[in-house]
Amino acid sequence: MTNFWWIIGGVLFALLNTAAGLIWVERRMLALWQDRYGPNRAGPFGLLVVLADTLKLFFKEDWIPPFADKIVFVFAPAVVMLSVLMSFVVMPFGPHIIVADLNIGLLFFLAMSSLGVYSVVLGGWASNNKYALLGAMRGASQMISYEVFMGLALMGVVVLSGSFNLREIVEAQRTIWFIVPQFLGFLIFLVAGVAETHRLPFDIPEAESELVAGFHSEYSGMKFGMFFIGEYLGITLISGMLVTLYFGGWLGPAFLPPVIWFAIKTFCFILLFILFRASMPRPRYDQLMEYGWKVLFPLSILNLLVTAAIKLWLNT
Amino acid sequence: MFSLVRSMWLIFLHMFHKRETYQYPEQKAPLPARWRGRIALTRDPDGGERCVGCYLCAAACPVDCISLQSTEDESGRRYPEFFRINFSRCIFCGFCEEACPTYAIQLLPDFEMAEYSRQQLVYEKEDLLINSQGKYPGYNYYKIAGMAIQGKDKGDAKNEEPPVDVKSLLP
Amino acid sequence: MMGPAFYIAAAIAVIATVMVITRYNIMHALLYLVVSLLAVAVVLYLYGAPFIAALEVIVYAGAIMVLLIFFVMMLNLGKESAMQEQRWLKPRIWIFPSLLCLVLLGELVFLISQNHQPPSEIKVVDPKAVGMALFGPYMAAVELTGILLMAGIVGAYHLGRQKEKTLHRFLEN
Repeated sequence: MTNFWWIIGGVLFALLNTAAGLIWVERRMLALWQDRYGPNRAGPFGLLVVLADTLKLFFKEDWIPPFADKIVFVFAPAVVMLSVLMSFVVMPFGPHIIVADLNIGLLFFLAMSSLGVYSVVLGGWASNNKYALLGAMRGASQMISYEVFMGLALMGVVVLSGSFNLREIVEAQRTIWFIVPQFLGFLIFLVAGVAETHRLPFDIPEAESELVAGFHSEYSGMKFGMFFIGEYLGITLISGMLVTLYFGGWLGPAFLPPVIWFAIKTFCFILLFILFRASMPRPRYDQLMEYGWKVLFPLSILNLLVTAAIKLWLNT
Repeated sequence: MFSLVRSMWLIFLHMFHKRETYQYPEQKAPLPARWRGRIALTRDPDGGERCVGCYLCAAACPVDCISLQSTEDESGRRYPEFFRINFSRCIFCGFCEEACPTYAIQLLPDFEMAEYSRQQLVYEKEDLLINSQGKYPGYNYYKIAGMAIQGKDKGDAKNEEPPVDVKSLLP
Repeated sequence: MMGPAFYIAAAIAVIATVMVITRYNIMHALLYLVVSLLAVAVVLYLYGAPFIAALEVIVYAGAIMVLLIFFVMMLNLGKESAMQEQRWLKPRIWIFPSLLCLVLLGELVFLISQNHQPPSEIKVVDPKAVGMALFGPYMAAVELTGILLMAGIVGAYHLGRQKEKTLHRFLEN
């Protein structure tokens, strides 16, 4: 039982530090890809900029607009943290480092990510501001639609491994990583994951060049900080899921411990997310929906059908 | 789809490019000679003030940040009694420099003038007046203009002909 | 072990549902409905149906309720509509139906207490078993549901189809 609490504490500590550190990583990487330096003054390599940002967020005035729906306004940022952190419960960081080894792990992840929509919707609605509302509406429709493809793309992995349990899915990749038989599913999940965390290029709920800051226009102080950290946690979550489902999770040559393998792979995907941000333009809203429903949706169904058919054919 | 991947690859290659940043406080960015920065009042080659207090700069200023009062010394040269620029309002548009008939007011390539208090951004004449001719060396307004001052009568200026005596019929 | 968790979840479900009915602000009512659905999901999970619990969260709480909230958001219901709701909900109107409901509730409680058996051992139904059941004995029902949903999609497409846009008024005929 003490071991259990150690795992929870360790996972929480690692995640929150990762999310905070990502502020710095993202700024440095974006700068690198834009031929700049990024934050390099505070502390070694500018690492203390994280501390400065956090302190600033803590000491900013925690302002609730008088026209906002107060309870919902306060509640919304908590939802994003909660849903993302809950998703990490089922993620296997190593052979025995998993908070809850649920037999419906994958479904639990999908359920939590679908609850994550509420943060966007409620935050935007409670702000009582037209930009926030527009952002919330975009966010709701985007996240609901991309959730569908996300789930369908994951079903290919489920068919191959025959389990919803993430630990068993990782074990099933001992012979070959699922990226090889499920390459299409991987691509769909990647795109849907980017849309689900509303990161660039699919950041149309925020779209600072059109909607000020979208659904969190009215937020300041630590409530904004929760959205901010929630976004980085979301990146970590999707990266971790990609690694778990398609890149063999903690599997790797034995000269490094499994957790380190998991961390290295996850970090590569986080960098990929930042590269997306550095290199892609934001699509228009209707283009996004059209791309989702007319391209990704048929592709994910096709992927599922073909995978299931091949699996049946091999079994008989 | 391919173009997206290609652009991602190209951006990724930027990792190995040289960075364009100037590490500012240690490494100054080279400013062009005509860069519009701090405003200064320049002097003649003789060391006299160029400003003649014509108020054209104050009139041209779109944000009304220049105020001055002209006066005249015993030799007949006009000069500003006080000359005040409020740099917290100044937008560094350079209109004053264009309006100035005597090249007195000039914008210099210098921008490091931050202060902790706004009041300190109000520059008086002693702050503005520099011991230099600025961008127009050798220019001396009173040596060129036809205006009479002590020690230089009408017609004594450079390239100026003696004044015509309108009361005489001689050619 | 299972007792307190069940009672907490069930109490939350009941309280949240009561709040759904009594809220004047429709947005708050919907949020309480989400809470109620989540509590029901917990109850389902406790009683050995993790797959259904997850689907409850994904489909009901995560998709259908979001869509409802989405539409309510666009209706721009403010304080006025909440006031109107308050005016409509007079005791004269709600007291009689709730009395009838109370009678029904009493009857239900009575029946449940009559038929008191010790609860049998909780059998966990894993996703595979659900799939076996759906595509085994209940195949026809699944297919029928699929056809129904297909009809719904076709209908929605038909309703949502727009006339071909003409770019210029002279090109209209």
